[in-house]
Amino acid sequence: MPERPAAVYYFGTCLADLFFPEAGMAGIRLLRAQGVEVIYPRGQSCCGQPAYSAGRTEEARRVATAQLGLFPRDLPIVVPSGSCAGMMRAHYHALFAGTQDAAAADRVAARVIELTQFLVDVIGLKPRDLGPPITVAWHGSCHAMRLMGVGDQPKLLLRELANVTLVEVARERECCGFGGVFSVRQPEISSAMATDKADAVVATGAEALISGDCGCLLNIGGVLAKRGERVRPMHIAEFLWERTRGDG
Amino acid sequence: MATAEFRVSARKALADPELRANFRRAMDGLMSRRADLFARAGDWAGLRALGAAARLRALARLPELLERLEAKLVERGVRVHWAETVEQGNAIVGDILRRRGARLVVKGKSMVSEEMHLNHFLEGEGIEVLEADLGEYIIQLDHETPSHIIMPAIHKNRRQIAKLFFERIKGARYSEEVDELTALARAVLREKFERADAGISGVNFAVAETGTLVLVENEGNGRLCTTVPPVHIALMGIEKVIERLDQVPALLALLTRSATGQPITGYVNMITGPRRAGEKDGPDEMHLVILDNGRTRVYADAELRDVLRCIRCGACMNHCPVYTRVGGHAYPGTYPGPIGKILMPQMLGLEKVGDLPHASALCEACTEICPVAIPIGDILVRLRREGTRADSRAVQGAGARRSAFESLVWSAWAAIYATPVLYRPMVWTLTRLGGLLPRGLPGLRDWMRVRARPRFARRSLHELARRAGLPDA
Repeated sequence: MPERPAAVYYFGTCLADLFFPEAGMAGIRLLRAQGVEVIYPRGQSCCGQPAYSAGRTEEARRVATAQLGLFPRDLPIVVPSGSCAGMMRAHYHALFAGTQDAAAADRVAARVIELTQFLVDVIGLKPRDLGPPITVAWHGSCHAMRLMGVGDQPKLLLRELANVTLVEVARERECCGFGGVFSVRQPEISSAMATDKADAVVATGAEALISGDCGCLLNIGGVLAKRGERVRPMHIAEFLWERTRGDG
Repeated sequence: MATAEFRVSARKALADPELRANFRRAMDGLMSRRADLFARAGDWAGLRALGAAARLRALARLPELLERLEAKLVERGVRVHWAETVEQGNAIVGDILRRRGARLVVKGKSMVSEEMHLNHFLEGEGIEVLEADLGEYIIQLDHETPSHIIMPAIHKNRRQIAKLFFERIKGARYSEEVDELTALARAVLREKFERADAGISGVNFAVAETGTLVLVENEGNGRLCTTVPPVHIALMGIEKVIERLDQVPALLALLTRSATGQPITGYVNMITGPRRAGEKDGPDEMHLVILDNGRTRVYADAELRDVLRCIRCGACMNHCPVYTRVGGHAYPGTYPGPIGKILMPQMLGLEKVGDLPHASALCEACTEICPVAIPIGDILVRLRREGTRADSRAVQGAGARRSAFESLVWSAWAAIYATPVLYRPMVWTLTRLGGLLPRGLPGLRDWMRVRARPRFARRSLHELARRAGLPDA
C-alpha cells in the first residue's frame, strides 16, 4: 500500500458542483475522518471532458489548462468520479502533447486517483456500518473500470458494511448510455440504454443504486425518478458517509 | 447519404423488438463464450500483446511485406493483382472469369467482396454467384447485406430462417430444426460446388515470409471454394499481410476466441498456390486480388493507421451497447459496429457519415476486448475532431461537420469554464435559478423523454466547501 499522505487535493467535478454537491462533500468528509487534510482549490471547474469527447480539442485544452496550476504541491489529486479522473489520467498527456504545458499536465495526470481507489488502496478503509439493513446494487462507470482501472474497490467497501446486502445488476459492466454529449446527440440509443439499465436495476429488488460517478447517477436516476421507482440513486461517497458517519 | 442517417436508421431498429431480441440473445451468447474461453486460456494480456505486436510490426513494414508476399506468391504460381479502387477490383475479377468463360461462381465469406459489391457486379456481367457460407447464403436468399462481419445473418432467428427457406428454396419442407435447415442449404450448395467454374474467398492472414494465405471457417465451404473449382480467386485488403508464419498461432488463437468463442475453427486452410503436378486436388489457376479502397490514406496518418491493425473478429460489435441494440443494418457502409465507426468515415468521407463517430457513449467496451488493442475510443474522438476541422487533410470530408452554432456554444463554454470569475457566478445562478430554464431546450427535451428533469442543487459544492472552511491551497 502506498504511504498515506497528510493532505490531498480534491477535484470535485462540475457535475457534482451543480447536481450532487452532497456527494462531493461526503467524499471530503470521509477523507477528513481518516485524518487526511483536504485541500479544495477554489479555481477548479471541469476536467475538460465534455469538449474533449466532442472533438473540441482546443476548448477542452483551454478549460483543462485552467486546472493545471491548482495542484502545485506533490500530493494526490482525489476525484469522486472515475470518468473525470480518467479524463485527467488517461487523456491529459495526449491533450497537452507538444504544448508548453505538457510537463505540467503529466505531473497532474500522474497524481490523479479515483476516490474509492484512494480509500481502499491508500487508506485501507474498513468502514463500520451504523445503518439499518438495506439491499443495494452497484453500478460501476465505464471510465472508472476502463480508464482508471477501478476494480473491486467499491464492492470491497460495500461488503465491509455489515448490514448492507450487495446484489448484482444483470450485465453490470454494460454502459448506462450517458456518455455526456452522446445522450443529446443520439437520444434514442442513449434512452434505450438508460431504460435497459434502469430495468436491470429494478429487477434486482435493491433499495438503492450506488455508483461512483455522477453522470451515471444523473442518467439512471433520471429514468428511475421519471418512472417513480423506489430505488434511490446514490453516490458511493454519500452512501458510505450516511452509513458510517465517519466511524471506521 | 445524409449525415442524420444513423440516428434515423437506429430509431427504426430500436422500434423493432424482434430484431433487438435477436441481437441481444446472440451477443450475450458470444460475449459469455469469449469470456469463458479467455478465462481458461489464462494469459489474455500476454496473447493480446503478441497479437498486437505482430500486427504493428506488419503495418510498420507494410509496403515491403506486400512486395515480399507478392514475390513469394508469384514464385508459387499465383497471379497477384493490385486494385486501388473497388471498380478496379471488380474489373480484375470480371476479366479473370470472362477469360475462363465462367458462368457459375461459388463464394466463401469475404468482407472485402462486400466492400466491392462484387455479387452485384458479377450478376450484371451475367455470372451467377452463390454464397457458400451458410449465413451469407441465408442473406443472399433474402437480398440482404451482412448485419455482422462474422455472423452475417445474426439478425434473423430460427423461425425467420425457416420461413425464408420454405419460401425461397424449391421443394423445401417447412422446418425450424437447425439440422434440417442446414441440410437443406447443404444440398443446394453441394450441387453448385460440383458445377462451379470458379471459387472466390477472403483471406484472414497473408504470410509474407512463405506466401501462405490463411483462411478460417467452420463449415468446410471455404475449403471447397478454394479447392474444387478450377479457378480460385482470393480477395484481401492491403492490411491483411503479416510478416512470419510463426506469428499465425497467436493471431489465430485471438481471432477465433474473440470472434466466436472457439479455441479453433472447424477448418484452418493454409493455401500456398494452385495445384502442382502430381497433386490430386486444388485449382489449376489461382489469383490474389489486393484491394486498397482508401486504406493507403488511412495508413498515411500515424494515429488513424491503428484502424488497419484490425483482424476482423467482430468482438467489438458483440460487446458494443449501441450495436447490440440497433444491429448491423442500421450502420451505413460495409462494416458496422465500433470498427465501422472508425473505418467507414475514412472510406466514405466525413461529409457522408460524419455522424458515425458520434454514435458512441465512448464506453470503451470495444477497446477493452479488442484482441489487437486498437485504441478505438481515441480514434472515435480523433474523427469527431476531424469533423470540425477545415484545415485537415487526414480524412476525406474533414470539417464537414463544423457548425457555427456548435462552435459558438463550445467557445462560450470554454470561456466560462476556464475563468473562475465567470464560472462561479454561473454556478451560483444555476443553483438559484436553473429551475427556470425552459424545458423546451433542445437537449433537455430529448433527455426528458425517458428521464425526469435534472435538478440543480440549491448550493454548489464550491459553496459547501467554502462554508466547511476547506483550505484553498
